[in-house]
Amino acid sequence: MPSRNDIFETISMIREECLDIRTITMGISLFDCQCDDEKRLCSKIYDKIMFHAKDLVKTGQDIEKEYGIPIINKRVSVTPVSLMCGGISRDGALDIARTLDRAASELGINFIGGYSALVQKGFTNGARTLISAIPEALAATSRLCSSVNVASTKAGINMDAVALMGKIIRQTADLTADNSAIGCAKLVVFANVPEDNPFMAGAFHGIGEPETVINVGVSGPGVVASAIRRAGKNVNLTEIAETIKRTAFKITRVGQLVAKLASERLNTPFGIVDLSLAPTPAIGDSVAYILEEIGLEKCGCPGTTAALAMLNDAVKKGGVMASSHVGGLSGAFIPVSEDAGMIDAARCGALSLEKLEAMTAVCSVGLDMIAIPGDTPQEVISGIIADEIAIGVVNTKTTAVRLIPAGKEGDMISFGGLLGEAPVIPVSRYSPAVMINRGGRIPAPLQSLKN
Amino acid sequence: MKAVISVTGCDAVGIIAKVSNVCAEYGVNIVDISQTVLQQYFSMIMLVEIDSITIPFAAFVDKMSELGKESHLDIHTMHEDIFNAMHRI
Repeated sequence: MPSRNDIFETISMIREECLDIRTITMGISLFDCQCDDEKRLCSKIYDKIMFHAKDLVKTGQDIEKEYGIPIINKRVSVTPVSLMCGGISRDGALDIARTLDRAASELGINFIGGYSALVQKGFTNGARTLISAIPEALAATSRLCSSVNVASTKAGINMDAVALMGKIIRQTADLTADNSAIGCAKLVVFANVPEDNPFMAGAFHGIGEPETVINVGVSGPGVVASAIRRAGKNVNLTEIAETIKRTAFKITRVGQLVAKLASERLNTPFGIVDLSLAPTPAIGDSVAYILEEIGLEKCGCPGTTAALAMLNDAVKKGGVMASSHVGGLSGAFIPVSEDAGMIDAARCGALSLEKLEAMTAVCSVGLDMIAIPGDTPQEVISGIIADEIAIGVVNTKTTAVRLIPAGKEGDMISFGGLLGEAPVIPVSRYSPAVMINRGGRIPAPLQSLKN
Repeated sequence: MKAVISVTGCDAVGIIAKVSNVCAEYGVNIVDISQTVLQQYFSMIMLVEIDSITIPFAAFVDKMSELGKESHLDIHTMHEDIFNAMHRI
């Protein structure tokens, strides 16, 4: 029999420290749905998703009940839709968006990802069609998520795409302005995007993936914060790193167990476990509070980047042995609106956009769920994207940008549910317009002479 | 297959009897019990075998939770594998 201490530790992690499985995401390939008749294409996509994912929600609920571990989200990701858009019109791309949204609604999942394009080196016709449809697609749907990869370490940065995405984010914000610019919360711009990420809004089913796959994202910032609190104020950072590793191991083992069970029951291959610390707006489920538990007066103060670097590294080291396949975004997430501690820190001015940018150099993923003034010009949005993407490209890591232009500085913008709320933080009033409008590509960076 | 039933709450007469009764009713065999009382605080862990269970395991989990609510106890019923996964390499 497992020991009494182990049993009560597990129960307390789940009941008091918000340990949960954040998402079971089923990836589904749409390649065999290719068709030049738009109506037939949509019906093939709908049928395929409904066929493979029909038991996804029920299976998640069963595992949740039997093993006593909450599984918050069940989701679906599909082949980047731009690959299906080569021969169709913009209206056809919008029909696909509505089709995906309808499938998500009928399956009872909260998000479906893959309204995506990869344009790090340039645009195909399909990518152009899809990207032009993004603002309207996100305004017309509620569960659809979209992402665009504009750069990679091997290809460099497609600055035409960076400029275009500034405009697309602006349009999406304008079209959903009466609803807190919610469309922008479902749109991510990436560098070095992973093709097996189970987390939204950036999930899609990569082109090297099998026909269908199960990827699982774990969570548990509250568990890590509690473990550090229990370790006490008098232990040094070596011991704190060890504590984080041990805790991450336990969290990830649960993720691995759930992934294995879901894969068996859905008769779908197991892909990866994403070793992420994903916060929610719930008190006690915050990555910022972990950093404050390590010893920062407020997240965002000097020392934050170092603390986050250690946390991110220890989470990966602890988690990697606990799972047979690790992938996705793996690391600590710092979405501002989805983390009670980040919201506090941004509201009191401890956390600025510039500090967030520095933090993203050492953690997954990027400038995430940040509300910026609603009148921010598109070139400034593109400039923020370019800076963040450059960090990812040069450091051979994934970075991403999910900005929400809404309200004015100091306003609180609420998105509801797990998306939370965020204070609108100030953005530089100086413009990069000339640089952004030059377009072209920033060449791929040198991978030696590392300084 | 085995499951762990954990019961915590204020001590009272007949807690083990109530839990055991529900187990017997649905064909759940008790393999091991560990129980203590510390300053009126009752805590019990029961390892049970669910191979001959007569209802779906998820429904048994609900029955135990209902018993917990009725008796003002905190009762969690979880598959043993989650503890093994988390605490054993």
